[in-house]
Amino acid sequence: MIENNSHPAEPSYLTASRGIRSWLFTVDHKRIGVMYLVATTLFMMTGGILAGVLRMELFTAAGDLVDADTYNRLFTLHGAIMVFLVIIPAAPAVIGNFVLPLMLGAKDVAFPRLNLASFHIYMLGAALLLVSMIMGSFDTGWTFYTPYSTSTSGPVAWALGGVFVLGFSSILTGLNFIVTIHKMRAPGMSWFRMPLLLWALYATSAVQLLATPVLAITVFLLVLERTIGIGIFDPNLGGDPILFQHFFWFYSHPAVYIMILPAFGIISEMVSVHAQRPIFGYKGIALSSLSIAIVGSLVWGHHMFTSGQSIYASVVFSFLTFFVAVPTAIKVFSWVATLYRGQIQLSPPMMYVFTFLALFMIGGLTGVVLGALSLDVHLHDTYFVVAHFHYVMMGGAIIAYIGGLHHWWPKIFGRMYPKKLASFTSILVFLSFNMTFFPMFLVGSRGMPRRYYEYIVSFQSLNQIATVGAVLLGLSLFVTLGYLVWGAIWGPVASANPWNGLSLEWRTASPPIEHNFHGQPTVQGGPYDYPIRPTDLDTVGTGVPA
Amino acid sequence: MNTTAPQPERPAWVAPFFHSREQQLSSANLGMWLFIGQEILFFSGLFMAYIAYRWMYPDTWLSAADALDKSLGTLNTVVLLTSSLTMVFAVRALQMDRPKESIRYLVATIGFGIVFLGVKSVEYAHKFEEGILPGLRYSADSVEGMAGLFFGIYFALTGLHAVHVIIGLGLLAWLAFKIHHGTVNHDNHALAENIGLYWHLVDLVWIFLFPMLYLVR
Repeated sequence: MIENNSHPAEPSYLTASRGIRSWLFTVDHKRIGVMYLVATTLFMMTGGILAGVLRMELFTAAGDLVDADTYNRLFTLHGAIMVFLVIIPAAPAVIGNFVLPLMLGAKDVAFPRLNLASFHIYMLGAALLLVSMIMGSFDTGWTFYTPYSTSTSGPVAWALGGVFVLGFSSILTGLNFIVTIHKMRAPGMSWFRMPLLLWALYATSAVQLLATPVLAITVFLLVLERTIGIGIFDPNLGGDPILFQHFFWFYSHPAVYIMILPAFGIISEMVSVHAQRPIFGYKGIALSSLSIAIVGSLVWGHHMFTSGQSIYASVVFSFLTFFVAVPTAIKVFSWVATLYRGQIQLSPPMMYVFTFLALFMIGGLTGVVLGALSLDVHLHDTYFVVAHFHYVMMGGAIIAYIGGLHHWWPKIFGRMYPKKLASFTSILVFLSFNMTFFPMFLVGSRGMPRRYYEYIVSFQSLNQIATVGAVLLGLSLFVTLGYLVWGAIWGPVASANPWNGLSLEWRTASPPIEHNFHGQPTVQGGPYDYPIRPTDLDTVGTGVPA
Repeated sequence: MNTTAPQPERPAWVAPFFHSREQQLSSANLGMWLFIGQEILFFSGLFMAYIAYRWMYPDTWLSAADALDKSLGTLNTVVLLTSSLTMVFAVRALQMDRPKESIRYLVATIGFGIVFLGVKSVEYAHKFEEGILPGLRYSADSVEGMAGLFFGIYFALTGLHAVHVIIGLGLLAWLAFKIHHGTVNHDNHALAENIGLYWHLVDLVWIFLFPMLYLVR
């Protein structure tokens, strides 16, 4: 592999400047991505520890470890932290921020200062949410359903303020990415030569931009309801609490696509690079991201089958929910077809691709089960739902995100983690994940309701399996964090292109220089034109005139 | 590997990560249009609430609209529409390299904005005196049915709109300052266009609010 030696003195973005201020006030998309990485990791640990306490409480059928009110606060915080502080920002703000301009061959995003503002706004929103935690916490569930959320005491308004502020961060990131993809693609990079991660981030950004403001107005109205009694959600004044559910899910269902679409993009990259095969069905995958974003914005009513909405509306929402499975299945089949006759390398990212495919299949198919009207009436608010969305959100979004970190880690830090340990740990993650969440399908289908701190004794053994699984899952993830951090600091130095990738981020040094590329890279072909040719490797690590 | 085509002339205000003036200007423009898109969705929640409850309580909506001061509402509509006109003149003057004229038009726009807020606060004060307050605090008896709900939506919509007007006034003043110092000029005019777009958005929202709240039949 030919390394670029023509600019030996140029420091990487990590060493270009020093001091805490050079990080906190940087406009470099790579440093902002790393700061998001640190923040989301800390919040993920917080949310994970809360989940650990929840599982400990559920180890026995009796409510013995914490009381009911504390339990309500714990699951509320776990949900709010994991949704608003971890899964929504993780993939777009960490991997998207770092990789998107590099993949485009750009020097930065279109609005670097706005990008920094997004990060600061994110931290402000996180602070508000965590202040509410210190002030006694709120117990509404992360969904803030009225009328409970308008009548319960506790610092609900603080948490709502946090969600409002976090929404702005998300909107501005989405806006930035859309403009960057439109305006800053390298010469030769047509829309259909873009890496599929960019298509996925484009669809994600569109949802962030168009759905998040509806959440903003919703939480704003909820704050008004709590403070001055505006009446919109209050039946005593003529308002309708169900309207809150419509508003909330109009954002929060598309929000699950904010979480999962970047994961789809990450998987598309990894499956092709680590099988050294052209991606199967490029246009199908690219356009299915957009159609998921569009159709996925029209299915919010499937959260409300038991809320008393019109049965005709429910039928339409149920049908549309089934329909989302079509573009999603196009992606899954395309990934599997890509693997066919590929040179499958059992590298850690590929291990996470397998993990993702298995877990997401289970999560996705049980989603179709829940989308069926008659079944949902039975399964609504049971652990079946809890299991389903953990398979999709964690088994899908978080697993793909962790896999993506393994894929781009050598690019981000210029060093490699211990690969064998990583592959082995990924198996532990897979097994312990299933041990944690599969029993929830079983107890849920037998009628165990969610959000209770005690349950009938016949569910106890399955819950104990789940709790042991959760402990193992937590340990496996701590091992993952440990070797990743070790690798970033002490790991062996990584080459510019350790996986033989063809997209532009592999054509600059690892870690990249502050301005990403020497000169303007250009694109002659698609990002998945495998098998790799010697001429492709010639250009690796360069970006300077040959 | 590289494009070695001669670069077009590159003014100093173009940021290093853009390769041309046009790229920077069109990026700023697209960004503003996307921002306007999300603003419309932000207001859409309240519009939907309005539609849903108008459907449920049509009589309340009719009599509540009669309780609003149609002449002051009309006056404010004229004021805000005129301010959009002066805004267009301001941007046009800047593009024609007449910064002083542009600043004069901006000052006029700010003036109309202040008049709008003044009229609005007179309206609010009248309502407060009559006990017409949002939701729970509604204590007048002039409107039948779910009047508190209507005025909850009325104050939320017009209040949010007024917040946008106030932000707009700040942006206009900042723009006038920048034009005065020449950092925004006939060449680098993206900021003027974008603030103009924002001001038109504020105007547009009012164009919907006025018939919905005041003229509904």
